[in-house]
Amino acid sequence: MIEPNRKGEVWIFAEQEDGRLSDTSLELCGRARELADKLSVKVGAVLVGSNVRELASLLIAHGVDNVYYVHDTRLENYRTLPYSRAVCQLISKHRPQIVLYGATPLGRDLAPRIASEMRAGLTADCTDLQIGSYVDAKSKKEYTNLLHQIRPAFGGNIIATIINYDRWPQMATVREGVMRMGEGDPKRSGKIIEEKIEFNDFDLAVKVIERHREKRKVNLKAARIIVAGGHGVGSKDNFTLIYDLAGALGAAVGASRAAVDSKFIGKEHLVGQTGTTVRPALYIACGISGAIQHRAGMDNAAKIIAINWDEEAPIFGVAHYGIVGDLNKIIPMMIKAIRARA
Amino acid sequence: MGYELIVCVKQVPDTANITGEAMKADGTVNRGALSAIFNPEDLHALEAALEMRERYGGRVTVITMGPLGACEVLRECLYRGADRAIIVNDRRAAASDTLATSYILSQAVRKIGKFDAVFCGRQAIDGDTAQVGPQMAEKLGLPQITYLEQLIEVNGRNIRVRRNVGNGWEIIESPLPALFTVIDTANKPRSAAAKLTMRYKRAKCIGDITAQVGKEMPDASDTDKQAEAGRRLESLQKLGAVIEQWNLDDIQADLAWCGVSGSPTKVQRVQSIVLTKQGFTAVEPSEEGVGKMIHELIVDRTLG
Repeated sequence: MIEPNRKGEVWIFAEQEDGRLSDTSLELCGRARELADKLSVKVGAVLVGSNVRELASLLIAHGVDNVYYVHDTRLENYRTLPYSRAVCQLISKHRPQIVLYGATPLGRDLAPRIASEMRAGLTADCTDLQIGSYVDAKSKKEYTNLLHQIRPAFGGNIIATIINYDRWPQMATVREGVMRMGEGDPKRSGKIIEEKIEFNDFDLAVKVIERHREKRKVNLKAARIIVAGGHGVGSKDNFTLIYDLAGALGAAVGASRAAVDSKFIGKEHLVGQTGTTVRPALYIACGISGAIQHRAGMDNAAKIIAINWDEEAPIFGVAHYGIVGDLNKIIPMMIKAIRARA
Repeated sequence: MGYELIVCVKQVPDTANITGEAMKADGTVNRGALSAIFNPEDLHALEAALEMRERYGGRVTVITMGPLGACEVLRECLYRGADRAIIVNDRRAAASDTLATSYILSQAVRKIGKFDAVFCGRQAIDGDTAQVGPQMAEKLGLPQITYLEQLIEVNGRNIRVRRNVGNGWEIIESPLPALFTVIDTANKPRSAAAKLTMRYKRAKCIGDITAQVGKEMPDASDTDKQAEAGRRLESLQKLGAVIEQWNLDDIQADLAWCGVSGSPTKVQRVQSIVLTKQGFTAVEPSEEGVGKMIHELIVDRTLG
């Protein structure tokens, strides 16, 4: 635990693997910059690994002022204990007011360990972060310039705003893909501060014997347009209709939980609460009723087209264009119209 | 000999099957309208511990924290083969966030004494935070191995497991004791065994027994009620069907780290999700309607 420190920086944990920064780290840079500007403080990034110094320039381009770089050959592969040791020591030394992590498998492993050691609060899976105030109901005391940590809870049925006014730093993990990744400005300047961390035997007791990484085959997050199918598509065979429309638009293919559960399509295509969160320029929902868990993963799309035979389907509540009818007839019409314009 | 294994389980509202009545008009959750279930991934944690016991010998103790009604998930554990069940129940633990919860559970684990492994589900479906496991590991000074998918081998004081890290997997070797969080692809939880269900269906904690006696003997004196509760506890003990009940004093918890005072995070505001609808266009399901929509999307540069 550190004392509230109004001049503390806004930090992000810069997640990297095999010398590549995660997309989420860069998404966090942009939001950290906005938060820090509101608070008139600097943005810091903690970069931990082995020979990954060159990643600092990318962080700086995306809005970071100070990169705290910890290099150690024993840090090449992520391991909870030494990484947690490094971040905790840097937090104690520099006393940031906010520390953000991606809600990736790695971030969700690391952040709670750090929160426990620092005895600080941690809000999981935030979908929005703002600066705001808080009035304690009992003491009537007002706390200003706090981090509002906004997240869905209860299976996505409610949105809660969480604050932490006394036991700092204020920490949160942020869902992948919910913050916009900036373009990055290679001309921005910033500092790289090298930090040395001592590790003990316990920190290094867990060994990685073998590791295997797969390239994500379906890149929903990077797609500008997504065509997604749901239960209403009817069968695995009929999903070719979804692929055809996606092909005509150069789009990625997404799916609802119902379509994945019915084995129409693989889990890697799942959009929603338990799948990927997306924010494409255009999302076309075909035969998707729009359960809250699905909407939570796609309602930030700039434009949404919904096709469903049921005019009461909740998906129409978030759609910009709604077509009530049979997708088997409407999708071919769309493909025809797209081809005619091309 | 064998391994002392501890499993942390939680009773949760069934958030996947929420109906209209589950939300009150003010946007808060009406917990009473939700059915309570065994947190799904905790069943996989229990199965992982039972499998380890079957392969290497030992004893499985299950712990939960919550209202007395949560004894139901402990009974479910006994039906599946757990050896010992403990509930941590204390009003002063109410409103604990993940940090306070992990502190309380780690104190309960300390009270158990010597142990070799702690298993938790990766996350609970009411909060989806996945924080309590790693935080307990830190408080107990243990290595944490999250996302356990397969227990490969235990060799004396060393364990080798495979963990699933989303975009791949890794094989990890850790000294014991250690804490593991288990994911739903790790195993197929066994069903309740009929024989064990018969044996443990009356398993209770002292709080439940006292409440039951109070209801059945409303006019009896406190001394009589106490004596009756004592008799019932004793007969359950003979059957080995007592769920141990601990409060915060029993586990020597520092109250400053429990409940509201032990929780750094506070809920400032809760809103139920309201759909926002702006600029909705109903499109005719015809070639003309669809064509017009595509044209608009090209004009506003959404397409092409």
